Amino acid sequence: MTGRIEPMVGRYVHVEIAGTTHRIYFEEAGTGIPLVCLHTAGSDGRQWRHLLADEEFAKDFRIIAFDLPWHGKSNPPADWDGTEYQLTTARYTETIRAFCAALDLDRPVVMGCSIGGRIVLNLAIDHAAEFRALIGLEAADFQAPWYDTGWLNRPDVHGGEVCAALVSGLVAPQSPPETRMETLWAYKQGGPGVFKGDLYFYRVDGDLRGRTKAIDTSVCPLYLLTGEYDFSCSPEDTLRTAAGIPGTAVVVMEKLGHFPMSENPEQFRRYIAPVLQAIKQQKAI
Amino acid sequence: MKQSESIAETFNRLPEMLERDPSLVHRGRMLDVDCLLGSVEQAFHVAIRAGRITDVAPAPVLMRPWTFAYRATPEAWRAYWQPMPAAGWHDLLALTKRGAATLEGDIKPFMIHLQYFKDLLALPRTGGAR
Repeated sequence: MTGRIEPMVGRYVHVEIAGTTHRIYFEEAGTGIPLVCLHTAGSDGRQWRHLLADEEFAKDFRIIAFDLPWHGKSNPPADWDGTEYQLTTARYTETIRAFCAALDLDRPVVMGCSIGGRIVLNLAIDHAAEFRALIGLEAADFQAPWYDTGWLNRPDVHGGEVCAALVSGLVAPQSPPETRMETLWAYKQGGPGVFKGDLYFYRVDGDLRGRTKAIDTSVCPLYLLTGEYDFSCSPEDTLRTAAGIPGTAVVVMEKLGHFPMSENPEQFRRYIAPVLQAIKQQKAI
Repeated sequence: MKQSESIAETFNRLPEMLERDPSLVHRGRMLDVDCLLGSVEQAFHVAIRAGRITDVAPAPVLMRPWTFAYRATPEAWRAYWQPMPAAGWHDLLALTKRGAATLEGDIKPFMIHLQYFKDLLALPRTGGAR
């Protein structure tokens, strides 16, 4: 073969969630410490393709990115009857734990962005001992809404166009045009109501204010990294959250917005490399 | 935006900047709306037909209705129009979230054509050259 083939490999794993079998698509690359990556609301695991293709990280980490059900190549479950999709804290938590169990991952690191960052905090609250380290990108216990999610799914407004246009402002202006457009493309491709359904967790069900003080970073280290141009989960939101959790490592990332790993992979690498290095070197807790 | 140019002068130049961007006009080809755009000190009735700005008139114009209004402080427009705007001043909805702009009226045409309006009102960053 003469074509350039990227190192990640995609497969499907059957995972039982809420008593129903789900066919979950995931991609992986590398060997070593399991590193499970969670995409943002309304997008899919392709956001992590640059991390998955990183040969240096792949030497020490088994990097895994899966598509949540209803997202990317993970279809809705076979018994779905068309009712409106709605992600809850309990369902999201169960999905991640069930996926990790299905792959027999031994105390994985979980890194999530946006809703993935929020659920990482919930994992730290309720299931810290199951994880080697937790990384929240664009994560906070809560953030003030900046639009009505009703616009995301209505027959008289193009869902793909409005979802992408809304989040386009969360990409830093310094991000390269090609990775900006690729980041927005995933939003244009999402199924109707999926972004909105994810935001049910983010806006309604997943308010962690007051609960994050229960996080014990001596059980599982916690890293929080937020882009300076993210006005949805602002640096102030993340810093406030981190201030209430002793031992949290917190970084505000310059020239990045809400989608660091996909909007500007090169800039994101500067910030995530030291975190992965620290996790690699951490002693077994 | 030229350094010496006022906010009002910039809004008056929006039609010519838009004409220099055929792809943006094309994206707005299904859009017909009369809206109110500008600063909180001086807004303009902007008529858009098939994605082109056909009229810009300083408000108030007696008895002229508008469908939606997007008005920001002069400071917000100056910050938004920087070639590389600072964090929090870089997006129309970042400005509304921080309270530096208001979005009022029937916002449906604004939401249907959200990227069009973001890009239209960002044209002064480059003077219309894209």
